[in-house]
This record gives sequence, C-alpha cells and structure tokens, in this order.
Amino acid sequence: MQLIVVADAATAPELAAVARSVAGRDDAVEAVTFAGAGFPAADLARELGGHGVSRLHVVRHELLGDYAPEAWGSALATVIDRLGPSGVLAPATHRGTEVLTHAAARAGLPLATNCVRLAGDGGSVDDGSGDGGSGDGVWRVTRTRSGGVLLEDAELAAPVKLVTVAAAVEIPGVPVQAADCEVVESAVDVPPELGRTRVAERVASETGLSLSTAPVVVSGGRGVGGADGFAVLEQLAERLGGVVGCSRVATNNGWRPHRDQVGLTGTKIAADLYIACGISGATQHWVGCMDSAVILAINTDPEAPMMQRATYAVEGDVHEVLPAVLEEIRRRGESAVAARADRHATEEAAPAGSSSAASSAAPSAG
Amino acid sequence: MDIVVCIKRVPAFGAQVPLTDDGSSVDTRHLGFTIGPHEECAVEEAVRLTTAHGGRVTVLTVGPQEADEQLRYALAMGAHRGVLVDTGTTELDPEATATAVLAGLTDEPEPDLLLFGDASADAGHGQVGVRVALARGLPVVGGITGLEADGGDPAEGGGAAWLRASRDTPDGTEVFRLPLPTAVAVKEGLNLPRYPTLPGRLKAKKAALRTVACAPERGGLRTHGLRRPADDRAGAIALGRGADAAPAVVDVLAELGKV
Amino acid sequence: MTEIPERADVVVVGAGIVGNSVCHHLAELGWRNIVLIDKGPLPDPGGSTGHASNFIFPVDHSREITALTTDSMRQYDKLGTLITCGGVEVAREPERVEELKRRMASAQAWGVDSELIEPRRVAELVPFVDPDILLAGFWTPSVAVVDPLRAGALMREQAIADGALTVSAGTTVTGIRTDRGRVQAVCTDAGDVETPIVVVACGVWSPRIARLAGAQIPLTPAVHQMMDVGPIPEFESTGTAIAYPIVRDMDALMYERQSGADLEIGSYAHRPILHEPDDIPSLDAAALSPTQLPFTSDDFDPQLEQALELFGSILDRPDAGVRHAINGLLSLTPDGAPVLGPSPEVDGLWSAAAVWIKEGPGVGRMMAEWLTHGDCEFDMHGADIARFYPHQRTREHVRARANEGFNKTYGIVHPREQWESARGRKLSPFHAREREAGAVFFEVGGWERPHWYESNRDLLDEFGDRVHERPHEWDARWWSPIVEAEHLALRERAAMIDLTAFAQFDVRGPGALDYLQGMTMAQLDRPVGRLCYTPVLTPGGGFRSDLTVVRLGEDHFRVITGGADGARDRYWFESHLPADGSASLVDVTSAVCTLGLWGPRARDVLAAATEDDVSGEALPFGTARWIAVDGIPVLALRVSYVGDLGWELHAPFEHGQALWDAIAEAGRPHGTVPAGIGVYGTTGRLEKGYRLMGAELDGEYDPVEAGLALPKVKAADFIGKDAYLAAREGTPAATLCTLTVDDHTSADGIARYPQGGEPILTPAGERIVDRKGRGSFVTSAGPAPSLSGYLLMAYLPPEFAVEGTRLQVEYMAERYPVTVARVGRTPLFDPEDLRMKA
Repeated sequence: MQLIVVADAATAPELAAVARSVAGRDDAVEAVTFAGAGFPAADLARELGGHGVSRLHVVRHELLGDYAPEAWGSALATVIDRLGPSGVLAPATHRGTEVLTHAAARAGLPLATNCVRLAGDGGSVDDGSGDGGSGDGVWRVTRTRSGGVLLEDAELAAPVKLVTVAAAVEIPGVPVQAADCEVVESAVDVPPELGRTRVAERVASETGLSLSTAPVVVSGGRGVGGADGFAVLEQLAERLGGVVGCSRVATNNGWRPHRDQVGLTGTKIAADLYIACGISGATQHWVGCMDSAVILAINTDPEAPMMQRATYAVEGDVHEVLPAVLEEIRRRGESAVAARADRHATEEAAPAGSSSAASSAAPSAG
Repeated sequence: MDIVVCIKRVPAFGAQVPLTDDGSSVDTRHLGFTIGPHEECAVEEAVRLTTAHGGRVTVLTVGPQEADEQLRYALAMGAHRGVLVDTGTTELDPEATATAVLAGLTDEPEPDLLLFGDASADAGHGQVGVRVALARGLPVVGGITGLEADGGDPAEGGGAAWLRASRDTPDGTEVFRLPLPTAVAVKEGLNLPRYPTLPGRLKAKKAALRTVACAPERGGLRTHGLRRPADDRAGAIALGRGADAAPAVVDVLAELGKV
Repeated sequence: MTEIPERADVVVVGAGIVGNSVCHHLAELGWRNIVLIDKGPLPDPGGSTGHASNFIFPVDHSREITALTTDSMRQYDKLGTLITCGGVEVAREPERVEELKRRMASAQAWGVDSELIEPRRVAELVPFVDPDILLAGFWTPSVAVVDPLRAGALMREQAIADGALTVSAGTTVTGIRTDRGRVQAVCTDAGDVETPIVVVACGVWSPRIARLAGAQIPLTPAVHQMMDVGPIPEFESTGTAIAYPIVRDMDALMYERQSGADLEIGSYAHRPILHEPDDIPSLDAAALSPTQLPFTSDDFDPQLEQALELFGSILDRPDAGVRHAINGLLSLTPDGAPVLGPSPEVDGLWSAAAVWIKEGPGVGRMMAEWLTHGDCEFDMHGADIARFYPHQRTREHVRARANEGFNKTYGIVHPREQWESARGRKLSPFHAREREAGAVFFEVGGWERPHWYESNRDLLDEFGDRVHERPHEWDARWWSPIVEAEHLALRERAAMIDLTAFAQFDVRGPGALDYLQGMTMAQLDRPVGRLCYTPVLTPGGGFRSDLTVVRLGEDHFRVITGGADGARDRYWFESHLPADGSASLVDVTSAVCTLGLWGPRARDVLAAATEDDVSGEALPFGTARWIAVDGIPVLALRVSYVGDLGWELHAPFEHGQALWDAIAEAGRPHGTVPAGIGVYGTTGRLEKGYRLMGAELDGEYDPVEAGLALPKVKAADFIGKDAYLAAREGTPAATLCTLTVDDHTSADGIARYPQGGEPILTPAGERIVDRKGRGSFVTSAGPAPSLSGYLLMAYLPPEFAVEGTRLQVEYMAERYPVTVARVGRTPLFDPEDLRMKA
C-alpha cells in the first residue's frame, strides 16, 4: 500500500511529512503530478526524494499540460483506481481542493477538506498524542470550519482516504528518510470533452485596487469625526498602496459610501495590513477584518475591543496620530533619498545587499 | 437564461461561535441565520444575468423547514422560484448534500446555469457543486469572481451560448470559457449583492415554495464534534500614544515592506 | 482590564449612558472614590446604549419624564453630542388627531414649544412623506438626535480627570457580598471591591446583577425591531447623519428617521417579544452585540407595508434595500416607568435601570443628588423602585404587564386607563359583596377597588339633572355619571366605601413617639386615642407623603397611608427606624380591612349596628376608639376625606364580610348605598379641597405652597424641618388654588371636561410660570356635584393666586374660561367643616 501526495515543489515537504505520519510502517509515500508532453520530471523527483517520497507518478496527457480541473480530476481518479492507495493528500489550496473534489466525485469517495490534523489507522504511527492509530480502516481528521473560528473532529471511512491539508496543519515529528525517487511515467485516458474546462486565457492582475483585494486597508470609524476627516486616511492609503475602508458608523453617518464598509454587513477583507482608525471594533466590524495578517488600531480608548485584538495599538486621536505618521514617512523618504544619494557617492565603501539597512538606519538619522 | 442557485442556511455569529454543551453542534438558540456570502453573490449574479438576458432564477436549498427564510430572502433579492429540499435539522456530509440537491433538481427543467457558492459559510467543504455537476454531466469550475454571458443570447433563441468565467489565482486571473449548460461555483467579490427591497420582501413573504422531502444516505465523512481552537491571540503590542507613536508606527510599516 | 481598587465609596455597574452619567454627576457633587465596572468593552459595552435609535422627542404626558428628558437634552447639548433636527408625530386616524391635541396641552404645561400642523406642512418639513394619508402633525422643532456613546465617554473622561473615577472595563461582576442586609463588596473576576453602595445601571441585565445581592429589579428585556433601508440618494447627498425631521407614525406605532444614507424604521407595533435576562447571549457569542438579536422578519412585515404607504417615494425603489435589521433589546417595566433609587430589599443597593436614551443624563444627575442628599430636584416617585409591592416584583407580574404595555409605547393611553393583565391579585373581604353590587373595579397597588357600582344606576333617576353626563367619549371613558349620583347619595344620606387598600403600619416601642416625631411634620405627641393628619417631608422640604397617625397606646401608633404609595411609605419608614431597636414597625395591611361610612345619616347607621356610644361626645372628630359592630371588634376613626360625618371602620380582615353585611343591614332604612373611589378620590375630596399625594403633593412643592403649613412648628426635629422653616419665612412661589370651569362648551358645541395635566393660561393665552420656573397646570380635575360645578386644582404664582382671577385652561387644543375660586386650603363645600364635625 502507498500514500499518494498531489504535490508541487512548494507544498511537497509539508505534504510528504504529513503523509509519512499517517502512513503505516510498511507503506510508501509516493507522489503524483500532471503533465502534458515534455514535462521534465527529474527535478521534481529529486526534490521529492529529499522529503522521503519514493516514487513520482507522472501522469501524462495532452489535456493535462495546462490546468484543467475536470481533466486533472479525471486523471487522478484513474490513478487512484489503478494504484489503490490507502490515501491521497493534496494541499488545501483552491486548485488542490478542486482537483481532489473532482477525483472524489468521479471515484465515488468521500473527501475531507481543510484538515489541520490527521491520524491514520496503521496502529503503528506515533502521532504525538499517544493514541496511535485506530487500525480500523478509518482516519481521524480535524478540519477547520467557519473561516477558522471552529475545529471539527471527524472520521473518514473509505477504502481510499482523500484529504486536503491546510497550511496550518500540525506536522508530527516523524523522521523523514531521504529516498531515491523513482519516476514512473503513467499514461491515462482523458475524455476529450473535459477539455471544456481548460484555462482558456490568463490575464495579468487588474490594475486598480478594490476593498476586498487591496493589500492595505486604512479604515475609519466614529473616531474620524466626519466625512472631511477621511482626507488624512486617503493620504495614508495612497502612500501605502492601499484603499480606504470604514465602519458601519461611518456609513450610517453618511461619511462614506456603503461600498467602503468593512464588516458583517459590508465587505469581508483579508488584507496584509489593516489600519483601524477610530474604530472600536464591535463584532459586526471585527468579523469583517479579522482575517487580515496585521492589524494596527488607533483609538482614544485603550479599552476598545479593536485595541485589545489588534496586532499593534496606538492610543490617541486619529487626527493627531495619522498626520504625524505621514510626516514621519515623508521625512524618512527624504532621508532615504539622501541616504541613496550618499551611497552613490560612496559606492565603493557600501557593502552589497544593504538595501534593507536604509529603513532600519533611518530613525537614527532623525 | 434559466438559472438554479443552490444556497445554504447558515448561522450568523460573531467572533466566537457558541457550541452546545456536548460540542456536537453550534448552539443556535440566540443566533440568526443567513445565506453564506458566496451564495449571496451567486443569487445576485443570477438576478443580474436574467435581468439582462431574460429567464428565471430558481433558488434551491437543502436543510430544515426553516430554510424557507433564506429562500424568501433570495426571492426578495429578485429570484423567481424557491425549492426547499427538506432534510431535517441534522447536518449532512457533502456526499449526502449532493444527493439531496440532485433530488431537488430531478423535477426541475434543465437550467442553463447551475450556480453554487464556492463553499458554505459554516461547514466549508467546498465539494457539493462539483459532485452535483458531475452527476448531471455538466462542466464546472469553482472560485469564480467574474462571470459574463458570451456568444448567442438564449433569451432571443440564439444558438450556442458560452459563459466567460474568471477567477483570481496568485499568478493572475484564469479565464474559462464554458459552454452552456454549465455549473459554476462563485466567490464573494463577484459582485456586491443587493439588499432586498421592501416591496421585494413583501412579495417574497407570500411566494409559494416547492418542498421536496429527502433522506439521503450518509457518506464517508462523519463529524464527531466541534470545538474552538485555543485562543492564542497575544494581545496588542502598544506602539505609544498620540503623535509620539509615529516613528514606531512607521517602523512597523517598514518592516511589512509598505513604505 | 484596569486594575480594580480594593475599596470604593460607590461602585457603579454598567457603563451605558446611565452608569456614565451617574459617575459624572457623583464626581461633580464631590465624590472622589468611584469605581465603574462593565463586563463589556468601551465605549460600547454591548448594552442598549449601543444600538438605540438615539432620538429625543421631549414631550411626554408625564411631567417627571419630560423634566428628565429636557434636562438630558441640555446635558447632551453641553457635551456637544446633540444635533437638533426637529420631529413630527403624524396622525392617520381621527382619534390620533385628538391625542395630538392632548399632546399640545402637555407641551404647553411642561414648557416645550410644539405646534399642530396640517399634513401639507408635514410634507414641507419632510418632503418624502405622503401627506394624503395624514390628518395632522404635531411638530416639535427641538427634537434632536444624540450620541450617547460619545456623551458617556466624555462624562467618564471628566470624572477621571477630576481624580474621582476608576473605570474597569472587561470586568465581570460575579457576586455582591452582603451582611445583615447591607452591601459590603462587589466581587468581580478582577478582584473584590469593598463598598457600601452599588448602583446597578445594567439596563436589561439589571435583574441579574441585583439578584446577586438577593434583590429584585422588576424589568424584562424586550425586543424593539429596527431596520435600515437604503441607500437613499437624497439622504446620502446631505453628507450628515440627519438632515430631515424625524417622523413618528403614531397610528402605525412606528418611526422613521434619516440615519446617514438610510431610512431607519423602528416599530412598537409587533407582538411583544420578551426575553429572560439570563438568556441574553454573551458578547462573544452575539453576532452584533448581546442586545442586538437576530431580526425576526415575520414580526416586522406588517410594518413594511405601512412604511411603504408613508415613505413610498423613497422606499419603493429598486436600489433601496434592507441593509440592517435587528431585534434590539430594551427594558420594559410593569408600569412603563424607570426603576430608580435605593432598593427596599438590600441596603446600599441602588437601581438606575429601565431608562431610555432620552432620559439617561437626567437620571444620572437625579441619582447622584439622591445618593448625596437623600432626595433630588425632580420628584421621582413615579420612578422609585420602592413603588413596587412584593407581588409586583415577581417575574410573572413583570412579564404580564410588559406584554400588555409594549404596544402602549406609541399608543393612546387614557389617563385613567386600567390594566387588563395580572388583575385580581389583592381582594378585600368585601369583594364578593362588591361584585354582587356590580362594582366596576379599578386597581391600586394590586388591590381591586370599586370605582362605582352599576347597582347604583337607579340613583341617576333620583338625582336627575344634578348629575352630568359627559357627551364626549374621551371624557366619559373610564368614568360614569353614577359616581356623581353616589356622591349625592352620600351627601344626602350615607355611603359605604371600601378603603381596604390602605397601607397600615403598627409602630411600637419606647422610642416609637420620638421616631415618628422625626418622620412627620405634625405634632404627634397627643393623648392616646387621638388621630392626626400629617405631611411627611423629604430632606429638601417637599412632600414625601401625607398620612394619618393614630395613637393607640403610649408606645403604640398606627400609620395609615394610601394604597398607591404604601410600598414607598413602608420603605421610607422602615429605612429610618432607630438603630437601637427602640421602635419596631410591623406592616399590618394584610391584617386589617377598612370600611368608610360617611354622610349625614352615618351616625344613625352606625348607632344601629353597635351597642357602643358613637355620639359626638363619646367619639369626637379626630379621635379613635375600639367599638363592637355586630360582635366584631372595630377601630372606629372619626375622620373624613370626603368631608362628611362618619368613620373609617378598621376591623380584622377576616371579619370584613360580616362587617359589610352589618353596616349594609343597618344602613338600609337610611338609604345607605355603597360608593366607589370615584367619590372618595375625586368628587368628595375636590369639593373639600383635600390634596392628593402624587397629584397636588410631591417632592417639588412644599407645605406652605400646598396650603398645608400648620399654625405651629413642633419643637421636635423632623426630616425636612429646616426647609419647612425657611419656606414659612418666605413668600411662596406658588399657592395651590381651586378653580371653577366657567364654560365647558367647545367649538363643536359640546361640553368638554379637562381630565388633569392641562396648562393654566392667562386670559391672553400665555403660559403661567412661577419664579422657580414651574408652570401652572391642572393637578386634579373633577366634578363637584354638591356645588353644581367642575373643579380644577392648580398651583398659581402670587399674582394669579387671587380669588376671582379669570384665567383659561387649554384642553384638546381649545381654551376654556376658569376662575380662581379658592386660594389655599379652605374648602368650597362646607368651608367650616360643620358637617364633618357634627
């Protein structure tokens, strides 16, 4: 028996490690990849071998060269049928989930998506919890629900366990032994009509930012004080390559149009950086911004929920803090220009790769 | 263009989800219910497409009797008909849900477009659209955030019609050209769903719904219980007060590569 | 979480508008060790303050509520958190037009500028309404929208800046420690705070917090539905929160207001939806906030149609959608009034609950004064937590009345309107006989009291045109001409009146006299057997109560007071009992029944029923004596509130029915009839100029103004004495007068009868205001059948308090001529009290 991971170079290490942890002692961890003609598999095989993958099945068909969810899913179903693995793991990316779902549907198998914890049935696996495997042909999985605010403990009972693995998965400390990864070419039939869901064209990312996709959102609430007060937020957003959002209070007061509203009744965002200006952070708002990677809260009230839940907090009036921040950015920009000019002048002396030093050195310049 | 939109009744909760004492399910005693945001976009898109190209929008849900509230919400947004596949209050796994959706579609005329949300707002399996489409022999793509009717206009009896469906990936936008009939699973961001109008609400309140009873066999994924993840929020790092905090703020912005 | 101090002078629980305001005003009055705790975060801890619609219509029929509201508006304005937008209450139905006219009278009486306007003018003010479905509007330019969260934050900040306040948000109260009925400490998840005083300002959670101390705050969380519909370009383009007047669609029991780009629609028309305080979700578990529950659209749908009728021009648009809809929680109480003041159940536990946004700051100010001085500027008896009898604090009672009261929020409520739910809770021993006689029962303090008897309908023939029918339905509602007939029967023969609702306390002990002397204004050191009517004053010298004290023994007194105020009076007397135990108080209300017997034939009747001597010599006016009536021990009090010869007959409760039968039997040959409280409380007492607690008498008027100052001031110290002495020195700002209505004929040609609460105006139609800023209004109104007139009582400033002065009363938007018939306490009927003292 073997476990198969649907892998690319980026997710292979995690998947292989997870697969290893749920595999039985005698089970091999193998990988599958989809390719049109002429895909050189050797590099990928070498990479996978380093993570203990002993075999790479290169599934080739002309419809598989570019992404085509139905064709890939169909091909994977064929591989599953052919190899009869105990499980197939894919990353819980959109593509990974889509391919595995197609395969599951075609193979008539259940699928557990977004798993953060797996326990196999081998009875031989120490998953760190001491409970070992169940040995009953059933996997115990823990998956996320509701945007991550809940965990679901479930069992997956099927001849072949299909699972997508979330990035946040627990990786048990199972030792990985590097292996020579054998490349196995595997031709499959793909019904020609499945070419209908090939990617027809690719378009470069649109210019112009929307609230739901902007990397930075500078958002204002009650503490901004009025429609005019948003000018300073606009300036900061522009400076940071972001857009302006707002809370329900701001919309309700007529300060901002509804399309700017972040929150339960507005837009839910997952920005790299969310700056909440004068927003207390009622749940209505919080659920709209909580998926942002970094949250900076500026509020006069240190007890406001946003100030407690944010990554960073500044206690103070938006109209004192933001102008000072803009001024500081401007000043550093000038000193960075000055520093660059300086570096030009002393190019010989400057060490290579010191570009990041400019920002960290800047404060001392003031 | 006749469209069926599949929607799910999900609890609307805040930052913390209350669970029943035995952890078997979400404690919904004090919660309201809503349509998941992806599905709300699906309803909106369907209404826009039929407004532009003619046809009717049927909303279909699988769940308890009370899910008529969500059907009526969709009707208030502009959908034309509602089908409730009554499977009781027990949560279904994705295979069983797909079976129930198919049961609801059995007596419906073949739609030109079958719309799903990318994943439900609560369970989030993200499988039902694909399973249903496969059973119906329809092409399907998910994660769609752009949708345009293309080719002939079925409203005017135009022949082959296509849908241009696009989605954002880390590498850019992928565009699919799908022949009708087709299934599509859409994501929030596709559009900004409208709020139901007052006259729409009043009309929806009186609309008759078709109810189909269904007791699907359960699949291989079985939920044992729900729990909340450990709260590892560290608490905010204070960067200072007032204007004096500016250098510390800009340090953070620099660290994040934003300035 | 702020570190919580170990000790505080006062702990306020709840950082909504009320809690913040209490803290602010306590700091203003010099308190320096105040702790404010809230379980939720700031500035919006999740209570009703955070989701209320925040608009203020100042006019209310209640003087107390209007005073709190206008005071609050001043405070919001001072904090820069008030936007004046104006507001109009609109009528769709003719009955509502009449109600709006009545509101005009209240606006005039309490000094708020308002105007009755035509539908056309409504549409000018609010261009989106359909004037064709309207009959009239009540326009109040000062209607405003406030920001209670910001106001609360500013109030906290000031108190913190004063070094008076420590705020601990995110802190859960887990217990309130008491010892021998006194508050000792507030226990929280952040530690305990020792304190003698806890103020519960927790809105819908108040019952839960009070219960931690073993006390009850009688309110229930209830749903008020609201939704926002938009965007509405006309609103969005204003760029402000509110640029148009607020509309209260009174007949639809709903309101509509601009809220930014949306029209907010709120309803009081849906079915009452009550919650349990323990079932309110936690902050984290709530989708929006604990007090913003999921919207139940079925309940609201009928309102949508009505909103579309009135605001169709902006609501019936494809782009205007329902963007937000909630079932917001608010607090409902059994009588609709707030629940304020010291709990009668636990010393040191204060309630500041069931307060609307419009009253919050004013309530905070009154509570701070009350905590500091023992009373406050506005008379708060209608909001006093001590007003509830024990049965009125029960969950069942609160829910029954809240259920019934919810739809009265915008309803047309007659001043005499009776509750339908939770009736029959307290029955006198005469009840069966009263029912047989067709009594129509009104409720006071839970007691069922006959207001008149249908069996007396034949008296209408007997007294003919001396009895006045009221041709207008509103005037006649909850009234009967039989009252006047019973009155005349009493004046000509005799009548029996059930007074069992009296609250009665036995005070005993070696310190009983000193204790009671300290509580009352009149000299109680009289011989055993004497009874005495006395005002009871507040520390500030206003009326706390008025009652009768009978000396039954050297160290034994009985205090007899009205049923309406019995619970408050009991708390007041109990809370002042001497600490040394030298006097004790026992509430004997449930042990005693009281039957009044008055009229020129009363002595003949009583003499026929007893072997004891009830002659004027044996039982003179102002005395009490035990007699036997048909073998029943009866305490006979020679006193009268209707001004006729007779007695209050007090007997053990269980003998009540036999007593009734004995008096009825003895009275039959003399034409004695049963008479209701209509005679006792209105017609009889008005003819005699007797004042009524809660009408003429309250904390805002003193005994000199009420004409109840006594010739001598007793040597003993008593509560309010200093203020009383000062009042005696000065000239009163106003004097209580009795006025006659000279012409009742309305423009329609029918006779109208003011019901009380109406403004008294000069002949030129100007409002009359005394030098303390108090407007003149009708405190009581009613017929005087023996004088063939209709009487009003009102406080008038000296320049108008002159007998013969001609003035006007405004009633239902019309003015009627009145004349000052009596200044001071001398009655119009039998001014020398010859009948009573016969």
